[in-house]
Amino acid sequence: MRLRREGALFLRTVIGRAYPRMVGLQREKSWLVFDVLLPLLQVSAFVFIYRAVQAPPEFTGFVVLGGAMTAYWMNVLWNMASQLYWEKETGNLEIYMVAPTSRMAILLGMALGGMVATTVRAAAVLILGTLLFRVEIALTDAPALVGVFLLTLVALYGMGMLLSSLYLLFGREAWHMSNLLQEPVYLLSGLYFPVRSLGAWAAAGASLIPMTLGLDAMRQLLFPAMTDFAFLPVHYELAILGGLSILFVGGARWALAYMEGVARRQGRLTVRGQ
Amino acid sequence: MSMSLAVKTENLGRVFRLKRREGKTPRGEPARKEVVALSGVDLEVPAGELFGVLGPNGAGKTTLIKVLNTLLSPTSGRARVAGVDVCENPAEVRRHIGVVSGGETSGYGLLTVEENLWMFTQFYGLSSREGKRRIAYLLDIVGLADRAKTKIYHLSTGMRQKMNFARGFLTDPEILFLDEPTLGLDVQTSRLLRDFVRRWMEEQRERTILLTTHYMQEADELCGRVAIIDQGTILACDRPAALKRKLQGSSAVRLQLVGVEDPQGLAERLRELGALTLSEVDGHLEVDLILERDNAIQRALGMVGESGGEIVGLQKREPTLEDVFIALVGRGLSGEGR
Ligand SMILES: Nc1ncnc2c1ncn2[C@@H]1O[C@H](COP(=O)(O)OP(=O)(O)OP(=O)(O)O)[C@@H](O)[C@H]1O
Ligand SMILES: [Mg+2]
Repeated sequence: MRLRREGALFLRTVIGRAYPRMVGLQREKSWLVFDVLLPLLQVSAFVFIYRAVQAPPEFTGFVVLGGAMTAYWMNVLWNMASQLYWEKETGNLEIYMVAPTSRMAILLGMALGGMVATTVRAAAVLILGTLLFRVEIALTDAPALVGVFLLTLVALYGMGMLLSSLYLLFGREAWHMSNLLQEPVYLLSGLYFPVRSLGAWAAAGASLIPMTLGLDAMRQLLFPAMTDFAFLPVHYELAILGGLSILFVGGARWALAYMEGVARRQGRLTVRGQ
Repeated sequence: MSMSLAVKTENLGRVFRLKRREGKTPRGEPARKEVVALSGVDLEVPAGELFGVLGPNGAGKTTLIKVLNTLLSPTSGRARVAGVDVCENPAEVRRHIGVVSGGETSGYGLLTVEENLWMFTQFYGLSSREGKRRIAYLLDIVGLADRAKTKIYHLSTGMRQKMNFARGFLTDPEILFLDEPTLGLDVQTSRLLRDFVRRWMEEQRERTILLTTHYMQEADELCGRVAIIDQGTILACDRPAALKRKLQGSSAVRLQLVGVEDPQGLAERLRELGALTLSEVDGHLEVDLILERDNAIQRALGMVGESGGEIVGLQKREPTLEDVFIALVGRGLSGEGR
């Protein structure tokens, strides 16, 4: 009985928190420009480069997919990671912390809302890119593709939840931190080139960013000709992504509880403008 | 453990340690590294009471509320809310409480009033339908019914505050903490909200409210009992009438003076007779005196004469809670002077 009530509360919290994210991100009208047109421009640049050097045509699809996935990374970095910090600054954190519900449910709600809203953007980039550059897809294993995609998102947003918890006590540095992470991750996660070109060690390191392996696997599944450029076999990548998901979500749970305790002791849980 | 106590604190204390650079004064005086926000606070609030905590800025009111809300750990002593220790089982405490503070800025600007409140009800497990019913009811009460579909970045500060006030009652908490709920609101709105608080308490006898304020009138009108707090310590705690009765032997006098050359010097001398506050009002000096004995008026008037001042007004008043406060700490509720 109690378990059922707790479960229902958990679900309500997730949905309750996800809703404003979905609606809020849509109501910001500029999203079409910033989240769809700009990434498409970047994609175009890479497409033209690859065409100029006469790379195999699969590289076009490769880049479009990278462009679509960028949307998720941006969302995790700019909305997810600094979310709790912003909630604190705007005075919402207090409300979350006093509510008799699970903090993980609130974090999950944020993640889920962001994911759904971002999927609209990612899909727009993918569809427009596919049409514009006439990408040809040869889907070999649909269930595997869906699996890789979902696991990538879980691991990616798990990472966002972890960062968010760690940022809880950050002051303005949170913003600089996100700035600092943006470009290196673009590079390391191979959004626009095969991650294997980084060399095995760098690629292994970059695999900590869930996007790296997710992209590598999805590309293998969508463009069989790209297998030559693959970093690891798909089923390895799936397993590692699963491991990362558990690591990040578990880590987020631990970090949030830990940070909350520290903040409460230091009197910084609801103090703004540090 | 007594279930009939909504709040119980024992020797509760909270010290903030400041980082060195924060503590340094502009003149480079030795840095103060600690702030004692609460010290030795013992409170017992039975279920069903509307309890007030009255104190000036920085007295420790918000700190007390945050400790009871599980947002802040105490550095000494213990606190129980609804019979549950706030440190041992904060999650259980949260099932019994609600919190609203007047200075609050919460809510998402891109969402409507209704959507913001709906989200909140979900964290308490209310069904959507029940949530919406209560939202409509409360928005009506605070006079925001016509704004239900307005995005909250279009609301004025006061409207936003009314929305947050409504939020506090949405989940029908057993124990509600209101931290300066009428801060900055106009007189009419404040009265409206106070009336609602009173009605809400009358509806069900086991409901409890702990309210902080620095408006003495609010505490006087609304609260069954009031604790007067200053610099982190509770100076007195009783029914407003009983607190005022303690001043019965003394009298509260307001003098309006002109031509006083050295107001501070005069204040210094008058202090021998009782507590006082001093302020400039419309070009004259206004002195509120709490005289310990009635016959001290004679001596006070004499002192004014010696200071070269002229009396343009003199009123003897019934003591207010403000006078109680002045008598206890020797200065006004809203800081030095007034
Ligand atoms: N997080 C914090 N870090 C350091 N000092 C703090 C913190 N919170 C409060 N203080 C200090 O504790 C004391 C009590 O503050 P508190 O906010 O409880 O006062 P208050 O009675 O609510 O005042 P107000 O009427 O202005 O809201 C003040 O001296 C304040 O500077
Ligand atoms: Mg306060």
